[in-house]
Amino acid sequence: MLDATLTPPRLPSAPGVGYKAQHFTELRTAPGPVKWLEVHAENYMGDGGRPHAQLRALRDDFAISVHGVGLSIGGEGRLDPDHLARLKHLVGWLEPASFSEHLAWSTHGAEFLDDLLPLPYTDATLTRVADHIDEVQEALGRRMLLENPSSYLAFAESTWSETDFLAELVRRTGCGLLLDVNNVFISATNLGYTPQSYLDAYPLSAAGEIHIGGHDEDEDDHGAPLLIDSHGREAAEPVWALLDHALSGTGPAPVLVEWDNDVPEWPILRAEADRAAAALATINAG
Amino acid sequence: MASSQTDFRAAILDPDRPVPDGLTDGDGRPTTRRFSVYRNNVTVALIDAMRTGFPVLVKLVGDQNFDQLARLFARAHPPASPLMMYYGDVLPAFLDRFEPLAHIGYLSDVARLELAVRQSYHAADSTPLDAARLGAIAPDVLMRTRLRLAPAVQVLSSRWPILDIWRYNMEDGAQKPRGIAQSVLVTRTEFDPERHAISDAQFAWLSAIRANTTLEEAVDAATEMDPEFDLGPLLTLLIQHNALTDMITPKE
Repeated sequence: MLDATLTPPRLPSAPGVGYKAQHFTELRTAPGPVKWLEVHAENYMGDGGRPHAQLRALRDDFAISVHGVGLSIGGEGRLDPDHLARLKHLVGWLEPASFSEHLAWSTHGAEFLDDLLPLPYTDATLTRVADHIDEVQEALGRRMLLENPSSYLAFAESTWSETDFLAELVRRTGCGLLLDVNNVFISATNLGYTPQSYLDAYPLSAAGEIHIGGHDEDEDDHGAPLLIDSHGREAAEPVWALLDHALSGTGPAPVLVEWDNDVPEWPILRAEADRAAAALATINAG
Repeated sequence: MASSQTDFRAAILDPDRPVPDGLTDGDGRPTTRRFSVYRNNVTVALIDAMRTGFPVLVKLVGDQNFDQLARLFARAHPPASPLMMYYGDVLPAFLDRFEPLAHIGYLSDVARLELAVRQSYHAADSTPLDAARLGAIAPDVLMRTRLRLAPAVQVLSSRWPILDIWRYNMEDGAQKPRGIAQSVLVTRTEFDPERHAISDAQFAWLSAIRANTTLEEAVDAATEMDPEFDLGPLLTLLIQHNALTDMITPKE
């Protein structure tokens, strides 16, 4: 369990966007409601050059959230000590307002598979994930947030619901949660429950940040809808409704718009941030 | 007990393998399409990373051929770390043994150039050597001095005109590659790597400097390649592009 006094400065309860280099100039001149940026940790683990220079410039104007995609917290093996050391180095010089990672695995042995892969929810995986979170929080000297995955399938061996699994991880490790409402909508649709029931069971008080983004639609072997987490378009209407629902439980929170593929011109991404700002304004007014 | 992630990983990288046991839809029914999402995500992510990292190779072999090459490469050599900016470092060696494209002899050297440029882009920042310091040294001391190249400097030699091939595919109006061997120096004055064609003698000098020889030993190596070797233009080029970071003068 992490010492609560180590909790770092928080992200502002305002819209943020996933940082893309093509928006560098607009972010500095016309950021609109955007108060913070999320960067993928691994993109800044080179030794220097433009990526580092841009981050150094941006952190004067924005709070930064470092979001890891390669730590493989749900992996069967031990955490990669080299990767953890790289992360510690990045967090050390950048001093971000937040660090988050995923309830997923991506590394197996010496191989990185470049995707967020699912794990069953059992007593054994709970212990393993909790140990990994403890190790990360100890190495970084700060509390981390853990993001719920987008699920395309279920494991017959699971004995925990995802929400109970996350709540128990919070209890055991003191970590916070990153609530991705797009992932909730995707998983609920794909596995046949309602997203509202997920939120009702989710420990909203532990959510330190919310993600929203777009998904694609496909279908499975039986013709049932199969939503794919693509981050390649505007968030769908029911996902915006889910954001409102989540915010009514969490109160004002940092809300990140994710758009990683087919990245649009700045005005289109900014419009999504405006919509997040409107959702936050409604909560603040209420 | 067999590791479930070992099975999962094997089935992701090999579409001919069956979907691992115990994976279902929301109603407990077995599913192939759903597992295929992960197969597809991993394949697309790795191919995309290769396309981003090797834009000239994509042009040289065409989109379809490149995707097929990338798919075979990714299956044989998944990334060895989450630092995707360096993914593909063993592609040149893979290409050297890749029969279907063996008729395009220069592919692996073009891949080496693309890797060198990427490594330069992500290399550590450094403070350039003040040219005045270099100019202030007496000639006999200078020849016994050792120079440090910036971390972003890359040097490579080839039997092929790899820089002309690169330019012909990436720059408008570039001339057609001629059939000559080209060595290449990559520098990074600020953030964007620059590519320079260099002679065999200049390559020999830079390789010696990189191996921490004195200036004199490096000039000897270069003169062996070309008795007319003149260090002046190369030193100017290196200074103009912030390619030197330090010098170590001999202890008297």
